[in-house]
Amino acid sequence: MVDAIVIPLLKIVILLNAVLVAVSYLVLLERKVIAFVQSRLGPMRVGPHGILQPIADAVKLMTKEDITPARADRWVFTAAPIMVMVPALIVFAVIPFGPEVELFGRSVPLYITDINIGLLYIVSVASLGVYGIILGGWASNSKYPLLSSLRASAQLISYEVAVTMTLVSMILMAGTLSMVGIVESQRDASLWFIFAQPVAFAIFFIGGLAETNRAPFDMPEAEQELTGGFHTEYSGMRFALFFLAEYANMIVISSVATTLFLGGYLRPFPGVEGLAFLDLIPAWSWFVLKTFVFLYVFLWIRATLPRYRYDQLMRLGWKVLIPIAIGNVVVTGVAKVLL
Amino acid sequence: MLEITPTHYLVLSAGLFMIGVIGVMVRRNIIIIFMSIELMLNAVNVNLAAFSQQWQHVTGQVFAVFVIAVAAAEAAVGLGIILAFYRNKETVNIDEMNVMRW
Amino acid sequence: MAEAIVFYGLAALILGFAVLVISTRNTVHSALYLVVNFLLVAMLYVMLGAEFLAAIQVLVYAGGIVVLYLFVVMLVNLKRPPETHQDPRRQTRLGLALASALLAELAAIIVYSATGESAPAATAAAAAGADIAGGNVEQIGMLLYTNYLIPFEVASMLLLVAMIGAIVLAKREL
Repeated sequence: MVDAIVIPLLKIVILLNAVLVAVSYLVLLERKVIAFVQSRLGPMRVGPHGILQPIADAVKLMTKEDITPARADRWVFTAAPIMVMVPALIVFAVIPFGPEVELFGRSVPLYITDINIGLLYIVSVASLGVYGIILGGWASNSKYPLLSSLRASAQLISYEVAVTMTLVSMILMAGTLSMVGIVESQRDASLWFIFAQPVAFAIFFIGGLAETNRAPFDMPEAEQELTGGFHTEYSGMRFALFFLAEYANMIVISSVATTLFLGGYLRPFPGVEGLAFLDLIPAWSWFVLKTFVFLYVFLWIRATLPRYRYDQLMRLGWKVLIPIAIGNVVVTGVAKVLL
Repeated sequence: MLEITPTHYLVLSAGLFMIGVIGVMVRRNIIIIFMSIELMLNAVNVNLAAFSQQWQHVTGQVFAVFVIAVAAAEAAVGLGIILAFYRNKETVNIDEMNVMRW
Repeated sequence: MAEAIVFYGLAALILGFAVLVISTRNTVHSALYLVVNFLLVAMLYVMLGAEFLAAIQVLVYAGGIVVLYLFVVMLVNLKRPPETHQDPRRQTRLGLALASALLAELAAIIVYSATGESAPAATAAAAAGADIAGGNVEQIGMLLYTNYLIPFEVASMLLLVAMIGAIVLAKREL
């Protein structure tokens, strides 16, 4: 009873809260990092060095008036932010944050579940996120959000193809679809897969930037031409859901990249005996550290690179990334058979 | 009634298929008709998966994967035809699709 | 017991959303109900022990095909609703009559087969079929790339042809 129901429920509650807190602090981190890149200080007023800014933001967004535009499709307009947020959160069910640990005399795995189609589950759930974007733009009954949502969904679908192709080559490397199995196969190979699959990593990362609508691929939110994007007509908490979903998706992409390419919760150089003292640090903190590095790179890129033009973005996706990804799958397969 | 047998799945699938048939017969909007066809294909897949479980063999699921591939191809071409037609006649009513060329 | 509750709940929801798909006036709402219907069918696949099929259902149907439908619904920006005109030949009623005839036929088949002898037990069949080890995904992969290799290749050709066909149809000038 306790093992079957109470512990999984507790884990889900803790994980959801941890993700939401991480998301709101990611927003603060982004403002701080961009401020430092531009020689500013960023938010400083609320708490020491603005550390309480997320709480102030949350209070502000929750107390704002919730406006539904006239002639908007009420039901779809309400459902769209939820449809964006839910896929971003349920992906975390299969991400392994650490191996089994002893807690109060029980051995508890630091992941909610380990299903044998883990990677496929992530891809399929992530592909549902596009609905909220399309429908949010459509239901607003307004020109620019509709244009923006069509752009966003076209971009998402195109880059999904390239990302999924790189995942195929990772499946070839690991020989399993289970996320824990992929981490353990990196332990067995005593090699992080980023060193075996640098091309796949590059494509996955670029595709991840595009799928989360982050700079330099933030076309759907190009303020200068689209007045803000598919969520122009949203305000208050509904807008906040869109906003949080974008950051939750960044964390999803970062943690999937960590699991697939950086050995998940494994310590650096998992095969080298001389570094065994690194095992003293809990495994989950390696995971958090690696994910944080990815998130930092996301913010760094946003502060550094200018935005792509829409046709350039589509050309990059279809004519460069997808052919390279398919070629990578072929090369990986041939190497797997020959070696 | 409390034990779920493959027959239960077959009845469900028959119901789903029937709803698809009614959609194709009654609606005149071609996009809805396409959706009804997808419903029917889904009913077929439920059948295949139920038989696959009954015989403890995955061949049924392999067939369902093929059905999904064919459905994807059908949707792509069919929606292309709808777009091409709409560009010429500004309608998606199937009763007005009554000429072979224009 | 639990299985029965889940099955009847899912079945009711699946049929209910299917009825909504074909009865709603607004095409976008129809597409939304279709997505929910596909997700529920995916849950049914999980119940049937077909996890791979469930994932593919969500990925291809919900994540791909219905998005395509939504795109087309939004591109086909109708100035007048498609079904407001008169139905001069009473095709709707004819269609309903034909559909109910088919329903009666199916009901007859179900009643007939339910009163007949029951299906062979699964245990006998299991010995004949379950010779491939490994999880669900491995088994499907094994069959796809051995026994069904040629249909698999044909399906890939079909998809290629469909892709080219869709591009030719949808593009105004090549």
